[in-house]
Amino acid sequence: MLNRFLSIVLTIGIAGSAVAVRAQDALVLKTVTVDIPTSDRMFPSGPGSDAANGYCLVCHSAGMVLTQPHMNRSAWEAEVNKMRTAYKAPIPEEQVQAIASYLAGLQNIK
Amino acid sequence: MISNFTATRRQILRQLGMAGATLMSGSALADSFVDLPFASGPRQRSITTTFPQKRPMILQRTRPPLLETPFEAFDNAVLTPNDLFYVRWHWADIPTEIDSDGFRLHVRGHVSHAQSLTLKEIVNELPRVELTAVNQCSGNSRGYFEPRVAGGEWSNGAMGNARWTGVRLKDMLDRAGVKPGAIQVRFNGLDGPVVPDAPDFMKSLDIDHARDGEVMIAYAMNGEQLPLLNGFPLRLVVPGWYATYWVKTLNDIEVLTEPDTNYWTATAYRIPDTPGANIAPGDTEVNLVPISRMVPRSFMTNLVDGARVQAGTATRVRGIAFGGDTGVKQVHVSTDAGATWKPAALGADHGKYSFRQWDTRITLSHAGEHLLMVRCTNSDGVAQPITPNWNPAGFMRNVVECTKLVAV
Repeated sequence: MLNRFLSIVLTIGIAGSAVAVRAQDALVLKTVTVDIPTSDRMFPSGPGSDAANGYCLVCHSAGMVLTQPHMNRSAWEAEVNKMRTAYKAPIPEEQVQAIASYLAGLQNIK
Repeated sequence: MISNFTATRRQILRQLGMAGATLMSGSALADSFVDLPFASGPRQRSITTTFPQKRPMILQRTRPPLLETPFEAFDNAVLTPNDLFYVRWHWADIPTEIDSDGFRLHVRGHVSHAQSLTLKEIVNELPRVELTAVNQCSGNSRGYFEPRVAGGEWSNGAMGNARWTGVRLKDMLDRAGVKPGAIQVRFNGLDGPVVPDAPDFMKSLDIDHARDGEVMIAYAMNGEQLPLLNGFPLRLVVPGWYATYWVKTLNDIEVLTEPDTNYWTATAYRIPDTPGANIAPGDTEVNLVPISRMVPRSFMTNLVDGARVQAGTATRVRGIAFGGDTGVKQVHVSTDAGATWKPAALGADHGKYSFRQWDTRITLSHAGEHLLMVRCTNSDGVAQPITPNWNPAGFMRNVVECTKLVAV
């Protein structure tokens, strides 16, 4: 594959400037400005939802949390602790239980 | 076992049709949904039309974006369109404006001539190369793991195949002059964490891998500049390796003399050091190693799960396969639960790292339910397993896919 492409480049070199210019034109990279959507979705209200909204949403929107498979409280606690330790989420240690219990409870009542 | 996303293809098409019909009415778009056929847990996802340079995508997460390719994009197309190519970011600080004149790629560290290059210099002063290669998320298909595992609950659409144009990483490193004693090369992009002290997303490759002549810095994808969400203006292309190494909005290359200890290289994206990264659920007595090479996969793309076909009549089935870290040798199809396998015809060869299309006809002799199975064997003789792998991170799924057909 690489060899095939190189042969094309070589052909362009031999064929002269017209082809080379056309190839160049096709590869002028243009400035890009975009809007990336944000989410205003909040966690459903319940015991612990204030903590979830206050801490989890700093780094990420709620959507992926709400599509996780059913996990018990200790599994959620492991996830919340991973966010604190590996990803430096500013979650006070005393809020970990509240958030884990909230997320486990949210799934049970669904 | 029934893990093919095509179960909901008809539904998606209907929903996309609705989206198209209501394109002008704005908020109605939020009412489009798809159900991913996971065995348990939440299945419903929104179809989003609000992301830049993208057509309707399956919304896994808004911020930072995780967007899945609707599976019908893989039918009858060997290249995945840029505006349907899946999206995955780790941190929410993503650049929204990139000035093509002001952008610089830095090459530094253990080199004799540190570089700070404009895009024009990269495009015009280094040999241009091209390679077609599959980019697949380590956790593609995670939602089908049983028992279920935490993470982005993807169906099978966290993958895509593109023709990448750019320069060899080797040529870039040679331009900078790697000094003796280099052992790894670390790649960083313009994205960043949103909280203090959090680990910036970076990945490293061993120096020999970085200089193998295959690893690329791509500035075009399917003949066009990359969508920003896929890494404009530059993306590392690591053929045959999982997408975690394909650093987006690449702006910094650092040659290292010590092993990279940053979180994303040294701690994250690790798999059990067992065949197929497969362990028994709950087994903690395993060595963990960095994820690396992909494994073979194949998918049927033209019939939905539960589709009705005529008994006793030949039915065309087709799809895609890829060998992982090498080419596709064969694709086989079974309609008798794996007792017998028939080879499928392979489409044009776009190189060993590309999707390879396959096509065949099956005849279901009697009325009733049948399971269609598809199996890829790669050029090294590695075939997809009949039983799924399992690991706690939900990485490297590549079980033989199975689709229910109803002969009438």
